[in-house]
Amino acid sequence: MNAEFFTISLLNGVSYGLLLFMLSSGLTLIFSMMGVLNFAHTSFYMLGAYFAYTLSGLVGFWPALVLAPLAIGTLGALFERYSLRRVHKFGHVPELLVTFGLSYLILELVQLVWGRSTVPYGLPTQLQGPLFTIFGTQFPKSRSFIMLVALLMLISVWLLLTRTRIGLVIQAALKHPEMVQALGHNVPRVFMLVFGGGCALAGLAGVIGGNTYITEPAMAGSVGSIIFVVVVVGGMGSLAGAFLASLIIGLVQTFAVAIDYSLATALQGMGIGVSPETFGWPVLKLTLSQVAPILPYLFLVLILIFRPRGLLGTRED
Amino acid sequence: MTMSTTSPERAAGPTAYYRFRPLNIGRYLIWSLFAIALIVLPMLFTSSLAVTMLSQMGYAIIICLSYNILLGQGGMLSFGHAVYTGLGSFIAIHAMNLAAAGKLPIPLVLIPLVGGLAGMFFAILLGFVTTKKSGTTFAMITLGIGELVASMALMFPEFFGGEGGVTTNRVYGQSIFGMTFGPAIQVYYLIAAYCFVCTAAMFAFTATPLGRILNAVRDNPERVEFIGYNTQRVRYFAFIIAGFFAGIGGGLAAINFEIVTGADSVNMVRSGGYLLFTFLGGATFFFGPIIGGVLLVLASVLLSELSKAWLLYLGLVFLFMVMFAPGGVASLVMMNLRVAKFGKLRPLLPAYLALVGTALVALFGAAAMVEMLYHLQLNAALGPEMEFLGATVNAAKLSSWFGAGFVLVTGLALFELCRRQFIQQWGLVQEEIEHEIKRGEAL
Repeated sequence: MNAEFFTISLLNGVSYGLLLFMLSSGLTLIFSMMGVLNFAHTSFYMLGAYFAYTLSGLVGFWPALVLAPLAIGTLGALFERYSLRRVHKFGHVPELLVTFGLSYLILELVQLVWGRSTVPYGLPTQLQGPLFTIFGTQFPKSRSFIMLVALLMLISVWLLLTRTRIGLVIQAALKHPEMVQALGHNVPRVFMLVFGGGCALAGLAGVIGGNTYITEPAMAGSVGSIIFVVVVVGGMGSLAGAFLASLIIGLVQTFAVAIDYSLATALQGMGIGVSPETFGWPVLKLTLSQVAPILPYLFLVLILIFRPRGLLGTRED
Repeated sequence: MTMSTTSPERAAGPTAYYRFRPLNIGRYLIWSLFAIALIVLPMLFTSSLAVTMLSQMGYAIIICLSYNILLGQGGMLSFGHAVYTGLGSFIAIHAMNLAAAGKLPIPLVLIPLVGGLAGMFFAILLGFVTTKKSGTTFAMITLGIGELVASMALMFPEFFGGEGGVTTNRVYGQSIFGMTFGPAIQVYYLIAAYCFVCTAAMFAFTATPLGRILNAVRDNPERVEFIGYNTQRVRYFAFIIAGFFAGIGGGLAAINFEIVTGADSVNMVRSGGYLLFTFLGGATFFFGPIIGGVLLVLASVLLSELSKAWLLYLGLVFLFMVMFAPGGVASLVMMNLRVAKFGKLRPLLPAYLALVGTALVALFGAAAMVEMLYHLQLNAALGPEMEFLGATVNAAKLSSWFGAGFVLVTGLALFELCRRQFIQQWGLVQEEIEHEIKRGEAL
């Protein structure tokens, strides 16, 4: 492993991890506040990418960067107001189910409107090309833009939650909703705002993730399970945990796909003869890049066995 | 008191009182009807499509019922049930291949049990991690485990057969009473027999102490801990039992199709389907998932033939069901049975007719628009003309859109009017029933 590979993978991993964090932060906020696991969260991410694709054709990328998340946030708030709130009285499982149904619907509608294949959602000219060259390899501007937006978002969400009046109300409603309601705040509206805000964050991630990676109907499903892993590994309802877990999983996935070592090569390196006749060869011959897709889930299982409340979590249920 | 004097040795125990147990006629009747339906249905619907669909329904019922042990009885929302049906299928199909090669002496009749044991084994293995948590976290962990197994299916082509899957031939060994299990109808009766036995076994499970405490764990885990039960272990045991029956369903699926593919049988879409239809059928009643299993096959075989937009319809139906009738179809049936029991169904009939009629009008308009949209999106090469319910519609013309929109809006408006009327009437009927129940108690 040379320095060039290490640096580039590190940067790619961090930018992917930050994108995961943009998604998981909204999910965590919604979950810790309302107890609702928004199954359709990555569907809003996908919608963000598609909205931005259409809007950037009409008004250009930079206005779309603002407009698409706003539109997604509005959709999310409307969904909360007219569907989720109605189900709230039935308990958490129906709430999860209603978002599950929504994810089905959004997928079908996206395929209906934009077709079943990828759409050519390209980078704007300002983000094309490399930002800098390191060890002879170029690091693209788009990925550094993801990092920049994610960090700005992290800071502004943190400032919003800790330094503003509405942030304090949100924090209070998180712990004691009845008391906050008794003090005269409209807690259902706060819930609606939080849900819409969380969806807007997912939409923002979609706007910048969609053109850096691919915009296709499968994009919600492919990242969906990963961010659930992030939320469980980080600890349910812990923003800092989600941040840590996103970075870890982003790095693990990026490094793993580039490493072609398998258990067999490791054993051979240690001087143990392994050949296709050895017992368990199908497992031994798998390279790390082949098992990369399952690493997050293995990580999840290990965390659950050894630290059931997650990395930085406090809840023990 | 008379009992204690006649049998003093039994008076010491708490079972000393005499319990009159009549033959539960209703129960015998229902189970006999179920058995007769299983036997008679393929004689009524004799086409090969119908027999295949009935076979699929047979194991879909087992799978949905096994899923409901988790969802309805244990309050565990699993997103990875296909893991246990799928792995059951794979082990079953490998067992069939080994048996056909003469390496394992297993007759075909017992292959579903092999699948069941496999499902149970994987439930023991994976359930230990999964059932550590409950509620939302449980759901996420099952999702993770489901993805784990689904990705693994593509990593081990030696076991899962890669893209092409594993195939087999179910006709092997000696025939039993002339049953070779070659013809589809013989396979149907095998599936039907398993369906009946498994349904009965799962119903019996609901009455066992474990089944009862599982309901308590669903409703109030804290109190269950207080009376000295380990909730995690109760969930774990229930999970294992659900895995067993899921594996049986998977084994039957392997026998029915003679092919299992890793990309299809363990993936998340399938798990989602089991969840969706179990819920649609009704998770709060034991018989709900039976309706769910039937709907699952009807939707995925017939509806998908009928319309390309079937997933959209399914998603919408599911969303409305969760919002307005979280008990599923079964709860709707039970509510109306209650009304019928008090003889109040007849006055509601006109309102029902009006509701259904207006809903059909609205549905007609909406379906026309959806179908036109799909036609424009998918069959653009075929021109704007399309068939809709026997009529030819031009999907590109504004007039057909206006027509469909007008029908939809009219239907919706009328439906809303009828709905308000109906809700009033329904409330009145419910009040009357409450009244009668109270009067019955007072007498």
